[in-house]
This record gives sequence, structure tokens and C-alpha cells, in this order.
Amino acid sequence: MTPVRISIAASVASALLVLVVLELIRGRRLKERYALLWLVTGVVLLVLSAWRDGLNTIAGWLGVTGYPPAILFAVATLFIIIVLLHYSTVLSTLDDQSTVLAQEVGILRQRLDALEGAQPAPTGGLSANTSPPSGSSL
Amino acid sequence: MLAIVPAYDEEGAIGRLVDEIRAFDPAFDVVVVDDGSTDATAEVAAARGAAVVVLPFNLGIGGAVQTGFRYALERGYERAVRLDGDGQHDPAELGKLLAPLERGEADIVTGSRFVVGRGEYRPPLARRLGITWFARLVSLFTRQRVTDTTSGFQALNRRGIELFARDYPNDYPEVEATLLVHKCGLRLVEVPVEMREREHGASSITFVRSVYYMLKVTLALVVAMLRKYPTLSQEAPRQ
Repeated sequence: MTPVRISIAASVASALLVLVVLELIRGRRLKERYALLWLVTGVVLLVLSAWRDGLNTIAGWLGVTGYPPAILFAVATLFIIIVLLHYSTVLSTLDDQSTVLAQEVGILRQRLDALEGAQPAPTGGLSANTSPPSGSSL
Repeated sequence: MLAIVPAYDEEGAIGRLVDEIRAFDPAFDVVVVDDGSTDATAEVAAARGAAVVVLPFNLGIGGAVQTGFRYALERGYERAVRLDGDGQHDPAELGKLLAPLERGEADIVTGSRFVVGRGEYRPPLARRLGITWFARLVSLFTRQRVTDTTSGFQALNRRGIELFARDYPNDYPEVEATLLVHKCGLRLVEVPVEMREREHGASSITFVRSVYYMLKVTLALVVAMLRKYPTLSQEAPRQ
């Protein structure tokens, strides 16, 4: 059986997570698109923490007999992995988009300079070289 | 015709390269894609009369090269050649690349250092291993003999330009691009060329990085094999 104190502590923590996420959405510091997964995570954890019979039942299904709260860790870990994976896909999309933007900006600026008869003019702008250099094949 | 030259910190080599392309055929327009250089690459290239596209930050070789293809597509060029900004691709060899295009035998022509008959080029061991590995792998995947998948010395017709403007990989893009060309049903031909040693600066590739890239590109190749590609139809959708 899950100790009552663990249930209470976990419930409070989960509720806090939900509240923080809601507050971030309210303050427009977190877009709903990205908040949804966090809300689901918080709510699922809250339910499992507070509903002690449920947690015990699920632990029984999974063969966890000694310490049912371990299920809380497992579920939390699972959700964190899902959130991270989601971020990776978002990052990949942003990466592609920023590449296209940089290419378009470069081409547009070249066209603008040519139109204004100012080619050559480029000064490099904000050349923040953080990624590895290119310019050579194997 | 357009010559696309991706360049990163190549102020020492770029000027001569632009001149040599012009000397080979004055009909060539040259666009230098300055991939966030910190030196005077853009100024030197522009002073020699090349159009210069300055990327606002470093995209890596694939992103830089693709910029050139987009430029070619937008400006309506029917043919494009690509030479690396470090000067290892000799413009005097361009005729060999363009010949199969003129005869209508290929959509994309790659200058290979390893087609039988030209054995002089001896790259360092790690690089040679990488080149061989990818050549074997790509040959296996495409069931077509490919000897040099890492060469960026290429000539393309309009179909080739359209394909690469729409979809071009990033790290060691030439390897994956070879597969892409095959998947999209374009005709790829290799011709033997001789390449020069780098003239200025150091190659950007160290041993550790070579191994890292080999793993990464191998993964990319396998993924590329499994990926679905749209067939190249009338109007390519913009990314």
C-alpha cells in the first residue's frame, strides 16, 4: 500500500506543476501548443498520487508488489521522455525553417544590393559563427 | 549558365577561382555564397565581379550550397555548376562536367577523383576510408556504380537544380544527395576529373570529426533509403 505521506507530497508537487504551467500560459510565456503535454503530465501524476487505490491496482497489474509509488517515477519518466522527444521534433522544424529564412534573406539582400547598384556592399551583418565551418568536401 | 561557389573564410582562394571560372567561359555568371565568413571573402568575390549572397549566419556546407541552387532556380538558369570555394575544383575541368549535360545524357554530372584512369589523387587515410565506405554503400543502395560520393564538383541541368533547390541534405550533403538523385529518378553520371590540393587555410575536417560524420552520414543514408520522396513533377513546392 502507498504510504499516505507519499501520496500527499506527490499530490502537492503535481498540483504545483499544473498551477505553474497554467500561470505560464496565462502570462503568455508558454504557448498552449507546448503547454498541453505538460498539463497532461501534471494531471496524470496528480490523479495517480491522490487516487491511492488506483496506483496500487496499476502497480499490481505491472507486477510491482513491493513499492507501488515506484509507478509514479515510471510514469513521470515516461512523460518526460515524451516531452523531450516532442521538443526534438519542434527543434528540427525550427532548424529547417531558420535555414530557409537565412537562405531567403541572403538571396533577397543580394537582389536588393544589385538593384541599388550597391553590390559589393555586404558587411557580414551579425556573423555569429557558432556552428562548424563549411566549405570543403571529404 | 551559373557557377555556384560556396565559401567559408576563403578570401585567399576565392578571387583567383572567380577569375578562372570567367577565363574558362565568360558566359558564366558566378554566385559566391558566403556562409557567414569572418574574413573578406564577400568583398574579394564582389570585387572580382561575382554576385555575392551573404548568409546572415553559418549554415554549414549543405545549406550554403542549397542557397546557390535556390538562386539559380529563381533566376531561371538552365545550367549550373558547383565548385568549392577553397579552389580544389579546377574550372579548367568544367568542360568535362558539362559535356554529358550538353549531350542530354544526364541531369547531374559529378566530377569523380576515382573513375578508372586517374589514380593520382591520394587523400589521407581516414578520408580515403570514408570515401570508399560511402561509395560502396551508395552503390549498394542505388545498384549503380558510384565511385566518388563526396565530390562536390558538379554540373546540373534545370531538373537537377529544381531537385536540389527543394531538397538538399546538410552534413557531407553530397553523399546523401547522390541517393536523393537516384530516388527521384534523375540521371547521374560520373566523369573523371583531377582535383587540386587546397591552396589556403586548413581543411575543416579532423580525424575525430571524420569518424563522427561517417556515423552520422551512414545513419542519414539509411534513413534516406527508408524515406519517401515526392516524384519530381511540374512545380516543386517551396519548403
